[in-house]
Amino acid sequence: MKLFPIRGGIHPDYRKELSSEKSIVTLPMPVALYIPLQQHIGAPAEVLVNEGDLVKKGQMIARSGGAVSAPQHAPTSGRIQAISAIAAPHPSGLAQTTIILEPDGKDEWANLPEPIADPLNADPQLIRERVAQSGIVGMGGAAFPSAVKLDLGMRYKLEILLLNGAECEPYLTCDDRVMREHADEVIDGARIMAHALGTPRVVIAIEDNKPQALAAMTQAASVFTGIEVVGVPVQYPMGSERHLVQAITGRETPAKKLTADIGVVVHNVATARAVHHAVRFGRPLVSRVVTVSGGAIREPNNIEAPIGARVADLVAFCGGFAVVPERLVNGGPMMGQPLPGLDVPVVKGMSGILALTAGEIDPQPASACIRCGSCVTICPCGLVPVEMAAFIRKDNFEVAAKLGVMDCVSCGSCSWVCPSHIPLVHYFNYAKGMINAQGREQRKNDQTRILSEAHTLRVEKAAADKAAALAAKKAQAAAAAAAKEAAAKEKEKDETPA
Amino acid sequence: MLIAVGSLTVMGVALGGILGAAARFLAVEENPLEEELKAMLPGSQCGQCGYVGCGQYAAALAKGEAPVTLCTPGGKTVIETLAKKLGVTADFSEHEEKGPEYAVIIEDLCIGCTRCIKECSVDAIMGANKLMHSVIAEACHGCAKCVKVCPTDAIVMRPIPETLGTWHWPKPEAPHQHVVH
Repeated sequence: MKLFPIRGGIHPDYRKELSSEKSIVTLPMPVALYIPLQQHIGAPAEVLVNEGDLVKKGQMIARSGGAVSAPQHAPTSGRIQAISAIAAPHPSGLAQTTIILEPDGKDEWANLPEPIADPLNADPQLIRERVAQSGIVGMGGAAFPSAVKLDLGMRYKLEILLLNGAECEPYLTCDDRVMREHADEVIDGARIMAHALGTPRVVIAIEDNKPQALAAMTQAASVFTGIEVVGVPVQYPMGSERHLVQAITGRETPAKKLTADIGVVVHNVATARAVHHAVRFGRPLVSRVVTVSGGAIREPNNIEAPIGARVADLVAFCGGFAVVPERLVNGGPMMGQPLPGLDVPVVKGMSGILALTAGEIDPQPASACIRCGSCVTICPCGLVPVEMAAFIRKDNFEVAAKLGVMDCVSCGSCSWVCPSHIPLVHYFNYAKGMINAQGREQRKNDQTRILSEAHTLRVEKAAADKAAALAAKKAQAAAAAAAKEAAAKEKEKDETPA
Repeated sequence: MLIAVGSLTVMGVALGGILGAAARFLAVEENPLEEELKAMLPGSQCGQCGYVGCGQYAAALAKGEAPVTLCTPGGKTVIETLAKKLGVTADFSEHEEKGPEYAVIIEDLCIGCTRCIKECSVDAIMGANKLMHSVIAEACHGCAKCVKVCPTDAIVMRPIPETLGTWHWPKPEAPHQHVVH
């Protein structure tokens, strides 16, 4: 298959060998699971259980909170200990409503929905509904509800389902292991998703640094037609949705558009596996494979952990820390976010937990920009990071937006390459947050204006109605008085003797 | 040809003259500064400054009748931009910085008098006579006018909490200071 070049990009030290040869192991059930209501992009789920309730594995414990949302299911059987606010695995460390489940050790499944018989000929709507009910979200890290993405076939003419097995982030090996060990499940999930989307072609893209995964997937796909397994060059950020589409099709996704606009829908390989479980066995998404790695971890590993296990449980399972970590990261080292602590739970979008040493992160103070242009050369989105950062430093978001800061995918290549160690991507994340906040404020102001105008109209109408009613009453009274007077006159006339 | 040139010239001169006269005699008195100041204000017409809306406050500012520190929702940023525009120094002693707020009715204290409902300019309060009232948090724009009319002090203003959806990265610390020689 002919591949197309992508712009820019970097070649960091991948360090995947720390965990790439470790088979997936299942985490022993922790003493408590913490299931947050918001593990996805969109509205938080709504709680369906009460404190003290007994639940079975796979039972829905929180339902979808809107059109873009996902339900949560009990990862094991047990008792609901509490529903309270605890710190989220989010850089802010803000608390969010979380269901705390005390496992009973039996791990008993609830009555699951029936498997969909012959899903490759089933009504696509049935598959989408099953995916939505199963709480499946994008497992590559973005955690966007998958069912919403499977709906794209209704609105767009799609050609390709692109399965993302690039795993371009250093350290991470969870997708690699899933593809090596569960290739058949991934392929089956991909075929089901392609049927739901109505795409004739399935392309599975895997970076060339995972030869075993490539071999396993090629082998599993060889019995089916219409599935191509492609090795793509090792170039960060190859795994970015838009860049992978460009590498495979040669087409660039326009700014502010979706890849669906150019006929491609991208899903992660682990998501495909979750779809396989949901459709073939009726099992909701209750666990995921997480890579626990980094120089500070004693024995890096790939762990299949129930959703809601604490990060501390996984770290302890890996033998704890060999040295005190300088930084804890949720995800990969390039795009991952700092973890506020070890007590936060594993969520559906958490692909990696990294405990990095000072030597690995190599923090350096930022110095002045030397105008070398490296960031411009490597920006995979074709932006000019140095110029955008200069305007953002002066809080000039208008110009930054014109320069395309909202098209930045936050891949971090510019920060990585900068010889002056300027935190470029941090500036862009700040600017994106500020621009979004301004948008929210603007919407609120618009709403306030509409409400206030409606209020004024209503008050004026009420006043006018009142005045009209008063006038009508007055007129009536006047008419009555006139009639009375006339009658009196008539009477007077009658009484006057002729 | 001469007729054409001549008539067009005459028309041009005559129409130009009319336009010039109209611009002079029918000109609308407008202070451009007022418009600029209005654009700097948040525009939610909340009335917390004491004027009816942002336009009236901008007019007062332009005439130099009002201090720049009155806009509560705008916060320090708006005050600073206004001060810079008007070339005055902002007196922050009167101003206390606070984020956006919304009104909450303490249910135990509400007697159902409907005064707050009448006061609310965005119809964000539900309720009826002698029945408990409640604020629709999404519609409330934090003007606090209801707080002032409540006879039982049953309304309090609470800051809108930050959520995972609204949080974003703060600005990075200045990476380097430019030294001016």
